[in-house]
Amino acid sequence: MTMMTIVQAINQALESEMEKDERIILLGEDIGKNGGVFRVTDRLFEKFGERRVVDTPIAESAIIGAAVGMAARGLRPIAEIQFMGFVFEAMDQLVAQAARLRFRSGGTQTAPMVIRVPYGGGIRAPELHSDSLESVFAHSPGLKIVMPSSPYDAKGLLIAAMRDPDPVLFLEPMKLYRAFQEEVPEEEYTVEIGKANKLREGEDLTIITWGPPVYTVKAVAEKWWTEKGVSIEIIDLRTVAPLDIETIIASVEKTEHVIIVHEAVKTGGIGAEIAAVISEKALYSLAAPILRVAGYDTPYPTAMVEEEWLPNEKRINAAITAVLEE
Amino acid sequence: MWIEQNQLDIKTIKYIDEKGKALQTDISLSEQQLLEMYKGMVKARVFDVRAMKLQRQGRIGTYAPLQGQEAAQIGSAYATGEKDWIYPSYREIGVSIMKGMPMERLFMYTMGHLEGLAQHAANVFPVQIIIGAQYLHAVGGAWASQYQKEDSVAVAYIGDGGTSEGDFHEALNFAGVYKLPIVFVVQNNQWAISVPFEKQTASKTIAQKALAYGITGVRVDGNDVVAMYMTMKQAIEKAKAGEPVLIEAVTFRQGPHTTADDPTKYRLPDEESEWGEKDPLVRIKKYLTESGSWNEEKDQQLFDEMAELVTQAFTKAQSEEPSQLTDVFEHIYKEKTPQLVEQQVQAEGEKRP
Repeated sequence: MTMMTIVQAINQALESEMEKDERIILLGEDIGKNGGVFRVTDRLFEKFGERRVVDTPIAESAIIGAAVGMAARGLRPIAEIQFMGFVFEAMDQLVAQAARLRFRSGGTQTAPMVIRVPYGGGIRAPELHSDSLESVFAHSPGLKIVMPSSPYDAKGLLIAAMRDPDPVLFLEPMKLYRAFQEEVPEEEYTVEIGKANKLREGEDLTIITWGPPVYTVKAVAEKWWTEKGVSIEIIDLRTVAPLDIETIIASVEKTEHVIIVHEAVKTGGIGAEIAAVISEKALYSLAAPILRVAGYDTPYPTAMVEEEWLPNEKRINAAITAVLEE
Repeated sequence: MWIEQNQLDIKTIKYIDEKGKALQTDISLSEQQLLEMYKGMVKARVFDVRAMKLQRQGRIGTYAPLQGQEAAQIGSAYATGEKDWIYPSYREIGVSIMKGMPMERLFMYTMGHLEGLAQHAANVFPVQIIIGAQYLHAVGGAWASQYQKEDSVAVAYIGDGGTSEGDFHEALNFAGVYKLPIVFVVQNNQWAISVPFEKQTASKTIAQKALAYGITGVRVDGNDVVAMYMTMKQAIEKAKAGEPVLIEAVTFRQGPHTTADDPTKYRLPDEESEWGEKDPLVRIKKYLTESGSWNEEKDQQLFDEMAELVTQAFTKAQSEEPSQLTDVFEHIYKEKTPQLVEQQVQAEGEKRP
């Protein structure tokens, strides 16, 4: 075990899989000599050479489109989109090509590839650098969407994604990249895609979340327990497509109170999907309405107001009070 | 110095003129090979004419005809080897036929049969609907073949309209930077639905666009099957040596864009009759007849034979079990997600009374 940040854990996952599997090629902007703008691919160019760590021209559609072609012909490309706001340039190749290749070829062609994208706010970045766009892609059958919140999960999920037979969108929370370290095994291991992680057992309320808000929610839950004796169960989804419905429903049936916390804008978000699934499968277990604490329905705001805009402790506390008083 | 396109001297490669006379002496094709190409062209034409009729009768869905482009398609496809990969748009029916795609599959595709999506020809990527998207898949395929040291070339097809899409330019740029084994074929059929070539681009030719990306470009008479074959053969050799090539095949779409389009709204009959005289089938037939290896009787026999094959293919397509709703849940992921499993059960339940 070694103490690692998320950046280090991802770097190690890439390195160990590349050592084992010659088919893996990294491609993206500034990922080579520069090691990526967040240094996620640091030293990989030196170790594996320009054949396997490819600094591409600035062309998002080509990065994803070429990766589709490579994957279909036996390689395992790992493509990086530098910031999530730039992913729109590659929308066709992602949702209409990569996600659908298996279907539109009647199962005779596939695109096993990983698309790594840093996302999320709270780092005072310029416009189109902080958006959380997971729900945009969750509407595209054929893609899996993985969103780790810790170094351990990041490494295990990325290795699982690289070995997955389908295209996986791997979203990396920028705010957490170097926010903390935790113990991560040196050796390879996988964390199953599509399985949520119950971070904290609780009896009174379930909070479902993923990505950066996981830590805000943890802090809030600790305070409610120590100050008021309210026990909050926390589910870190880890994968938003496919959703781990089993874990969600079991928890809802136990606690009868649900809050969903996500950074992405509220309307049409994954939170809405989860609320719908709960109403389909466990409506009569509920003792209160399901509340969402999410980004507001605006473009991601400028730095001066982002902390208020994001699901912060104050907003989560207000939701908990409302749900428990119901 | 200013760089202007007027400085470029771009000639069009031509081997056989409209009267069927050879213009060049280095035609390295045997009579047998010429006949095989002609047969391929006739097969594509007969399929195409029949598909148009079947669509009008409501027996198949929307269809994008290729009539007039047989030489560009068959000549280029005939020059490819078994290991080479084809990345087609929706109009490359002739290429697919030449690469061994069973015609019943092509009918099944237009009939909306799920099984019609499955690729049953060697090394042909699924038909692309999004204009230009396949150019990048071909880049990735060529990249994979370079990386894995396979002796194969990726051949990407697009129309003149497709050259306006970003993916076209990103593909040519990548191919040039990474020296990929790829041949880009543009069938410049003069019309992108209703937009004529001169409204599509201010370039005098498509071929010259290659220069901007540091790759080789060449312009060919796309209605001359011999010129298409000879150029493609050389292009494949260059591509294998790490020199990507852009081929502009100058041709004409004689029919509508698709069965849902009416070209009389945007095209003058004069243009159609002028190009009709340059019909690619007529030209090679004249050449073959001139050389003594072909005659009207054999020609009629060939058309009859192809008509019979097309009839058989359509009959076979019709006799296939229809797709069921429950089949749509296959081939989304390698393993179905819990959501898909649940929805499939629901779909099957709803089918029952």
